[in-house]
Amino acid sequence: MKIVVLVKQVPDSGVERTLRVDDNTVDRGSAGNVINEMDEYAIEEALRLREAHGGEVTLLTMGPEKAAESIRKALSMGPDGAVHVLDDALPGSCAPATSKVLAAALTTLEPDLVLCGSESTDGRVQVIPHMLAERLGIAALTGARKLTVDADAVTIERQTEEGYEVIRAATPAIVSVWDTINEPRYPSFKGIKAAKKKPVRTLSLADLGIAADEVGTAGATSEVVSHSRRPPRSGGAKITDEGDGGVRLVEFLATEKFV
Amino acid sequence: MNRTSPLDLLDIDALHTQEELAIRAVVRQVVDEKVRPHVADWFERGEVPARLLAADFGKLGLLGMHLTGYGCAGASAVAYGMACLELEAGDSGVRSLVSVQGSLAMFAIWRFGSPAQKEKWLPGMAAGETIGCFGLTEPDHGSDPGGMTTRATREGAGWVLTGGKMWITNAPVADVAVVWARTADGIRGFLVPMDTPGVTAREISHKLSLRASSTGELVLDAVRLPADAMLPEAAGLKAPLSCLTEARFGIVWGSLGAARDCLHTAIAYAGDRTQFGRPIAGFQLTQGKLADMAVELQKGYLLAVHLGRAADAGRLTPEMVSAGKLNNVREALAIARTCRTILGANGISGEYPVLRHANNLESVLTYEGTTEIHQLVLGQKLTGLSAFA
Repeated sequence: MKIVVLVKQVPDSGVERTLRVDDNTVDRGSAGNVINEMDEYAIEEALRLREAHGGEVTLLTMGPEKAAESIRKALSMGPDGAVHVLDDALPGSCAPATSKVLAAALTTLEPDLVLCGSESTDGRVQVIPHMLAERLGIAALTGARKLTVDADAVTIERQTEEGYEVIRAATPAIVSVWDTINEPRYPSFKGIKAAKKKPVRTLSLADLGIAADEVGTAGATSEVVSHSRRPPRSGGAKITDEGDGGVRLVEFLATEKFV
Repeated sequence: MNRTSPLDLLDIDALHTQEELAIRAVVRQVVDEKVRPHVADWFERGEVPARLLAADFGKLGLLGMHLTGYGCAGASAVAYGMACLELEAGDSGVRSLVSVQGSLAMFAIWRFGSPAQKEKWLPGMAAGETIGCFGLTEPDHGSDPGGMTTRATREGAGWVLTGGKMWITNAPVADVAVVWARTADGIRGFLVPMDTPGVTAREISHKLSLRASSTGELVLDAVRLPADAMLPEAAGLKAPLSCLTEARFGIVWGSLGAARDCLHTAIAYAGDRTQFGRPIAGFQLTQGKLADMAVELQKGYLLAVHLGRAADAGRLTPEMVSAGKLNNVREALAIARTCRTILGANGISGEYPVLRHANNLESVLTYEGTTEIHQLVLGQKLTGLSAFA
């Protein structure tokens, strides 16, 4: 089975992240960059499928030159190789443009199964699997907490607020996973050594037949026009119980949408 | 103003390759997830889940990582050192588990064993499924192992081993012991499966140090072993001493991990702790301590990197390792004790790692050659006169 895992390098969510002042895009220069955490679960699931059914696992990433570090780190977990879409015109790409580029790259890779994390910790829009499914004419099975593959079909348990739904589709298909699906392995030392020698193919927009003005800031369908920091925390509200403390507490939780 | 981490002051990471940093990152993550949340409790209870840890470490390739073949990772000496540092930043006992498995038990088999012995034991030990220990020290023979009284005598084609070994890390949880004994042709090493009749390992309790490590007394009561139990390539005391040089190299690095963890804790504590109306980190006496400790930590690290590069180039001598162990453990202990003073009363609490590290380092100070023995090794090198033989 040919599995492609979508991997994104994101600013480390464990430290303070910022948007750039000049163009309101994510500042990828200042924060430490890491593999999007949810993608590690997708990689782990792909490796388990390879162990069970054979085949190969290829990573696909679109990102700046620095993303190569995250590709190597992800490869050290065990995938066979990676494709890196790298082009000066890409920064600032919106979700539709990103999906156009990834769809074009996936077409060249001809996977049986595409896996990705359910969301990235930077954009958090969760739309990429749906957009890719639409562009490629394949099924999107999103939010998986369990995944099984048999013959020419894939079945997932889709995690919902109330429980889960069982969804089945023919392959090829795209599946996004939550962090409940498995426990990602640590890269082994042998894996770290082997990752240095694994093939990483770089593709440009020209290789994919996409014009520069279709992507990046130039081709964006939406734009962040301004941003501001969350105001510093002020002192919390104090509820003094005068017989109605419980009610007021619930009202507060309701207004803040905690209940 | 931002704080700089004590090991970033001199941009020391620039000395490392990407691969070394990648290995360090994995070990750091494993320690953060598998050791740090539990280790204070293990220390308090005087128990450590050695088998579970060995299995986790084996999956990474940590066990015997600097050895080649037989399932070992074949990493550089520097990478091995960095792994020891991260492990000991968790706890010296956890690093000891890995040191004894890889540098003492596995190294002895890898270096002195027959091909059949290596095939039999090393893959399982690298995977963490089989745990090894190393019996050299005896109750009455510590710094002077040449005086050992454990004996191996011929019985037909085989051997009979009688004696006792003391302070043996991992012994109570081990599957196999590398035991050194006196024979008619001098000191030889033997592979002793722990389920062999006549072998018992008693856990040494009431320790005030290395409580997150299993330490035992090994009793060998007329233990009958087949002829192929002897390590064929190990003849004389220099064989076990060469294993100790391997393990000491890990301690040169590991001790810095304990010191780093203390220093991180002290810096964070000093920033939060307010006395006389301001953080104690702003006081000159505190800053003087912190600066001196950061400088010592980095000097020790530079020494460790130097020894590591020498090891990878095949230039490392036992005396160089003695210099490293002498300096780095002594300084790490001084750093741990000084950090404890910055934490005041909280310095003695198990809620903070500082006194745990300091107490652990008391063991690290004397095992694998005491401070004094390393002084004498260097003294002999400098003067040409032996003070202990």
